[in-house]
Amino acid sequence: MARLTHPRHALSTNPLKSSAPLGAALAYLGIEKSIPLFHGSQGCTAFAMVHLVRHFKEAVPLQTTAMNEVSTILGGAEQIEEAIGNLRKKSAPRFIGIASTALTETRGEDVPGELREILARRRDFDDTRIVYASTPDFDGALQDGWAKAVEAIVEALVARVTERDPDLRQVTLLCGSHLTPAEIEELVRMIRAFGLLPLVLPDISSSLDGHVSDDWSGTSLGGTPVERIADAARSACTLVIGEQMRGAAKRIEDRALVPYQVFPSVTGLKAVDSFVRALMVLSGSQEPPPSIRRDRARLIDAALDAHFHIGGLRVAIGADPDLMFALSTALVSMGAEIVTAVTTSPHSPVIERMPCDEVILGDLGDFEHSARETGAQILLTHSHGRHAAHSLDLPLVRVGFPIFDRIGAQDICRVGYRGTRAFLYEIANTVQAQHHRSRPEDFGAAPIAEEFNHVPHAALN
Amino acid sequence: MTDALKSKIAEVFDEPACGHNVAKTDQQRKKGCSKALTPGAAAGGCAFDGAMIALQPIVDVAHLIHAPLACWGNGWDNRGAASSGSELYRSGFTTDLTELDIVMGHGEKKLFRAIREVIEEHAPPAVFVYATCVTALVGDDIDAVCKAATEKFGTPCVPVNAPGFVGSKNLGNKLAGEALLDHVIGTVEPDFTTPYDINIIGDYNLSGELWQVKPLLDRLGIRILGAITGDARYRQVAMAHRAQLTMLVCSKALISLARKLDERYGIPFFEGSFYGITDTSQALRTMCRMLVERGADAGLLDRCEMLITEEEAKVWAELALLRPRVAGRKVLLYTGGHKSWSVVSALQELGMEVVGTSVRKATEEDKTRVVEIMGDDVHMFENMAPRDMYKLLREAGADVLMSGGRSQFVALKARVPWVDVNQEKHEPYAGYTGMIDLVRAIDRAVNNPMWEELRSDAPWDSPLTEGCVLPAPRGSCPVTNIPAGFARPVTLVPPMPPQGHARAAAAAPAEGLAAIISSATDFEDC
Repeated sequence: MARLTHPRHALSTNPLKSSAPLGAALAYLGIEKSIPLFHGSQGCTAFAMVHLVRHFKEAVPLQTTAMNEVSTILGGAEQIEEAIGNLRKKSAPRFIGIASTALTETRGEDVPGELREILARRRDFDDTRIVYASTPDFDGALQDGWAKAVEAIVEALVARVTERDPDLRQVTLLCGSHLTPAEIEELVRMIRAFGLLPLVLPDISSSLDGHVSDDWSGTSLGGTPVERIADAARSACTLVIGEQMRGAAKRIEDRALVPYQVFPSVTGLKAVDSFVRALMVLSGSQEPPPSIRRDRARLIDAALDAHFHIGGLRVAIGADPDLMFALSTALVSMGAEIVTAVTTSPHSPVIERMPCDEVILGDLGDFEHSARETGAQILLTHSHGRHAAHSLDLPLVRVGFPIFDRIGAQDICRVGYRGTRAFLYEIANTVQAQHHRSRPEDFGAAPIAEEFNHVPHAALN
Repeated sequence: MTDALKSKIAEVFDEPACGHNVAKTDQQRKKGCSKALTPGAAAGGCAFDGAMIALQPIVDVAHLIHAPLACWGNGWDNRGAASSGSELYRSGFTTDLTELDIVMGHGEKKLFRAIREVIEEHAPPAVFVYATCVTALVGDDIDAVCKAATEKFGTPCVPVNAPGFVGSKNLGNKLAGEALLDHVIGTVEPDFTTPYDINIIGDYNLSGELWQVKPLLDRLGIRILGAITGDARYRQVAMAHRAQLTMLVCSKALISLARKLDERYGIPFFEGSFYGITDTSQALRTMCRMLVERGADAGLLDRCEMLITEEEAKVWAELALLRPRVAGRKVLLYTGGHKSWSVVSALQELGMEVVGTSVRKATEEDKTRVVEIMGDDVHMFENMAPRDMYKLLREAGADVLMSGGRSQFVALKARVPWVDVNQEKHEPYAGYTGMIDLVRAIDRAVNNPMWEELRSDAPWDSPLTEGCVLPAPRGSCPVTNIPAGFARPVTLVPPMPPQGHARAAAAAPAEGLAAIISSATDFEDC
């Protein structure tokens, strides 16, 4: 339905997207005892780390191969080897995820080849699994980097099988980058309610959920255990949340014959219905668990209460494709209108399925400009949208990454029946918070004559 | 109840200008026009509520409720009367009587102190003091307190004697009108008057409805001198006796106020409405004709006709654009009184079908109009029990319910759109532009894609056709840590029979299924 447009300006004003390596780092952080490693100059890592820390309010282990001018020109294999050695010495990670950056990609290194050579030579690295994803900053956005990292993890850690030996109670939950820790937890809760055992990949719900651990650790504080990843081959099915993860699911199918089902969205009544239906089929339950049935009835009631505020609402949204699609379709199903949609990456089939006429591949400058033109009433984007919110005098609902001027970003849940309910309330309440008291001028009426007004001092005479 | 209040009530009930009253026999008239309420089957507000509805829109006045907390603690800040000036009327002032106050008879003193405090803090042009059931029962004399306070502080204190137990909201309206007549109207003289000064009685500027009409009056040069009480200043109400004409807006309750303004000050009145296009035009015509009769420039009539022609053309042009979005929809109207018919004709002209209209609180005249407009009286009903309404809506007897807040949930729970057309609504629907807003609201309600989704089947309403063999759950419940090992080692889940009604199939307990679902597998609820 929607057409993707590329504004023809050379200047990008107020970036909307975060870079692909950052997405890869985030995915690597969903693996237990891991350290993401950027193959690039140290600034690439520093900015990304600050970005992550501001969002999660956590110490984030993120390292760099610290490329200098000479190593950039001569090749960075030694830097990689040295970095791995140092990381192992310092933090003993079970897993190191390497993401390339624009710098090394521009030079054009054969990192997979060099890595193979290093690992063949350095048998002392054997107890650390090392995965490499090519994620140049100049292609795609956070969600693309995330997807590439997960694909790399699957390639490296899910073995090829020729015969299927399924555990029919186990399902793999392949999470897109747009899911928060709380959202992963909610999906896990729903899967468990059907008596199924979820294998979450990558699982930031235990590493970046914001908890205090008993000891200091230089690696991720939780996540999918490295040795569990291979078990994805035995799942009854791969449940894929977000189109971005289709590639990874396809790879699991190719390698281990596991069928998959993609859910472009799990926000909104119909979207969650189809997720629940899949769980019913997988678990063979005609009757849903009571909690699921009740949550659906409560969502319907929430929708009834919220539609007075969401019906006819003019929404401007700026986010990565999958998040934009999930939230937009949920709002449109409630009678809202998407008047501005700005996204970060052209690589997504959901863009053309967006319920609006046009999706702009652009920045927050385009977002602000378009929202002004189209008369948007509410903005949905990440924290940097506050500048647009200020200049347009519109309320901003913070969605996506980064959210740095509010705490608890990891606890926001907008998926499942419960999360959708919370999301509808959030939007409706944001609308109500903009309390509009009508004035005579709104209707073109003249003000009331001054003589009718009470003047306290005159009255005392 | 004091004798004064008793005779006041008898007086307001015997209203010569009221068609209802005139048609009664002497004996019926003596009983008054309030029906006795049925314990266990009564709904709706009390006389105090009615008085507040009528008076609270006076925006710069401090409204002080002499009562224990229930009356105002539960009732304040719940109405949408809009103000273009002071916001003082929104504050909830009450004497919040305690047990000790009541037992020891401290009520009057506390009231006097409360009046002093509110005047010191806010310096309002007047304080309106409301009696309530408890304070009337214990015999607090608010008239005397108000008199003393007025003398002491120099700010008019107006007693409003409409304790809840004397009767309905309607009676409260009337008693509020009496309070204005007795204590407010005629106490301030305007700086100047014009032949185009009018009073509007019975419009409370809910969500700004008065302002939807005011631009029309502005263009005709007509000035609202006495606003009773939409967006009113105290001084405006006090000057109402100098207007040329009173328009009584869809209200039988305040007719005695209009009549007495005529008797005391020679201000003629007419009844009109700003709901619907025809009514708005009709009201403007009558208003201008009567003003000309009272000495305004005869050119006003031509200007009025020009305005009506222009505005009607404009509104119909806009409505024509909306027509395709609402045409053919079935509407159930549940309002009553004047609105039983005033919106019907407009909806019909937009191609909507009115499947029923409630004639609660409607006069014989209103009912005749319903029959005139709808052709017969089969669509006319008095009351509808919530259960019947739910059934009617659920069975798709109507596409949208237009009513007040109390029946909203009947519609919503039946998953049928609802449009608020009563006093608590948040959008103004008066005058010409209001009609467009109303149709937009109907469009927004009935065409929301949400309804289809909400009415569609749940995932478990259709039978699973895929059969599968599952091993028993492993591990333990993450909540209770109870191991799942006690379940059968292997469970065969037979596919549901594809034929038969989905709901019935789901409801029928399938033995094997029910056994695993509610026990071992449902970890979340264990």
